[in-house]
Amino acid sequence: MKTRARRLLPTLGLVPFLGYLTVFLFIPTIIIVVGAFTDHGRASLTNIQGLANPTVWQALKQSLILSASTAAIGAVFGSLLAYALVSGNPSGLARRAATSVCGVLAQFGGVMLAFAFIATLSYSGSLTDLLRDHAGIDIFGSGWLFALPGLILVYSYFQIPLMVIVFLPALDGIRVQWREAAENLGATTWQFWRHVGGPLLFPAFLGSALLLFANAFASYATAAALVSQGNPITPLYIRAALTSEIILGRQNLAYALALEMIVVVAIVMAAYALLVRRTSKWLS
Amino acid sequence: MATAVTERTGLEVRLEGLSRHFGDVRALDNLDLTLHPGELVALLGPSGCGKTTALRLVAGLDEPDAGRILVGDRDVTHMPANKRDMGMVFQSYSLFPHLTTQENVAFGLKLRGTDRGAREKRAKEMLELVGLGHQANRYANQLSGGQQQRVALARALAIEPSVLLLDEPLSALDAKVRAQLRDEIRRVQLEVGTTALFVTHDQEEALAVADRVGVMNKGKIEQLAEPETLYNQPASHFVAEFVGLMNRVPCHVADGRVEVLGATLGAREGSLPSGPGDALVRPEQLEVAAAEGGSGRVITVSFLGSITRVRVRMPNGSELLAQASGAEAARLAADQVVTVSITAADVLVAPAD
Ligand SMILES: Nc1ncnc2c1ncn2[C@@H]1O[C@H](COP(=O)(O)OP(=O)(O)OP(=O)(O)O)[C@@H](O)[C@H]1O
Ligand SMILES: [Mg+2]
Repeated sequence: MKTRARRLLPTLGLVPFLGYLTVFLFIPTIIIVVGAFTDHGRASLTNIQGLANPTVWQALKQSLILSASTAAIGAVFGSLLAYALVSGNPSGLARRAATSVCGVLAQFGGVMLAFAFIATLSYSGSLTDLLRDHAGIDIFGSGWLFALPGLILVYSYFQIPLMVIVFLPALDGIRVQWREAAENLGATTWQFWRHVGGPLLFPAFLGSALLLFANAFASYATAAALVSQGNPITPLYIRAALTSEIILGRQNLAYALALEMIVVVAIVMAAYALLVRRTSKWLS
Repeated sequence: MATAVTERTGLEVRLEGLSRHFGDVRALDNLDLTLHPGELVALLGPSGCGKTTALRLVAGLDEPDAGRILVGDRDVTHMPANKRDMGMVFQSYSLFPHLTTQENVAFGLKLRGTDRGAREKRAKEMLELVGLGHQANRYANQLSGGQQQRVALARALAIEPSVLLLDEPLSALDAKVRAQLRDEIRRVQLEVGTTALFVTHDQEEALAVADRVGVMNKGKIEQLAEPETLYNQPASHFVAEFVGLMNRVPCHVADGRVEVLGATLGAREGSLPSGPGDALVRPEQLEVAAAEGGSGRVITVSFLGSITRVRVRMPNGSELLAQASGAEAARLAADQVVTVSITAADVLVAPAD
């Protein structure tokens, strides 16, 4: 009796976590999967077939480009920024201030910047007007700001600080003794990063970049704030599928689109796991 | 154990007038130290006395505010660490976690452009030397603490360093492994013939491994001598009390003579010149005998195998630690009244506490 209770106790501790997963992950996933394969209450492949629509493809393609490019930009610049921060005084004011700012920007940076852009750079934005009236320059052009290039720019605004936040702990994990041991054995700074620092940070770097990818891929608010016409990326397409009157009667297309996104993220995560297992045997 | 390590006589290493300040803290204060070729010198001292600082200056991981460091006849004071050709074993674990044991050991050779075959061979030899030949493909997280430090030693030696530096390499290990590994470090160092500087705050460790021991206090070396000399003829009361067990016995000094425990002895060089002080006496220099009317009273008798330790309470309330041989010890028991006498011909006298 007693031993059984003892054996059960650790499992019991998992209950809140499992409950959380059930409510916020399993149930929504099931709803999406079921929704994607039903139409008007009956099993159907109509929604899945709807994904073949060229505009849906286009949105997915743009979503992937947007997520991959801002993940790359964020990962590179964010890690460099994080490195600059740890090179300074770790308990210093500069570092604490920088991490707080990054925390805020990673959350709201995109939306804030989107509104700022609309106010200054949109067709009738203040800067656009100013330049058009006084210098004869048309910076609005073909509306680049509200298409993919603009999204990449705005997304980078929250991707870079997010990278700083998630990559800092990994950089802190690089022990001084490793550096000194390498130096003692004859390594230059470059050789240290090439043979020790780089390989040690690679899994964390890749994992952070993956997180950035997923973050951009699933991001909705920033794009919604910036783009009011058209559905250049998948999350906006989902919005359209749920609210638009043109494609009314195809609400379940939204479920299919969501499923599509889940599949993409799952593939990326599997690729990540494989790559890390290949390159970092020492982690196991 | 036969190994292919080439016989080398190490280089002389000289630290001349080294000073290093951190703000107000004088970590090193005009420190002089010469290591003879192939010699192992232990730097022994309390926490914060500057041992690590000295070692880091030699390794080039830090720069002195004043003074010079010479290896052989080369002045390396301002040479970058990665050019110095010194092998270092750190206090905390410092193996590269993403490399196997063998790759760790071969790391320095790889940086030097040694070709793969040669560096793998050398790494294997080094691992054999430290008794880990069969663990070549393990990662650091699959090794015990003692094994990790052995690998670190092999890694430091693989580059055939001009000097081997060890910063409390055993302090993270438990007592049994410590004793074993310290003997092993000594064996390997003798076999390789490298000049070595071994930092420790454990006096037993220092006395056991070193050719000579430098006792440090407040950024200076108080005495540099062979272990026996350090123990039997300490140059200062700091050294006397830091190395081995030591009793403080109240005494009186006048004209180079010391009156202590009813006897008159010579005062050793470095003693308090006159007045009341504390004579520093080793337990084995105190003789305890059961005697009616003695002034001491036995507190405990502990049998330690070859010797017996006796703790005695003196009339002034102080405690003395004495050593007794088998025959005498058999007659002693707690609460016994005893006389305590000094067998030494002269003693070192320190200012009273
Ligand atoms: N980088 C540093 N910045 C400021 N103070 C330092 C620094 N390194 C050492 N010190 C100070 O210098 C003194 C000597 O330090 P050191 O590390 O050499 O002592 P140690 O003898 O190795 O002691 P331990 O046995 O505790 O390792 C200490 O008071 C220490 O606080
Ligand atoms: Mg130290």
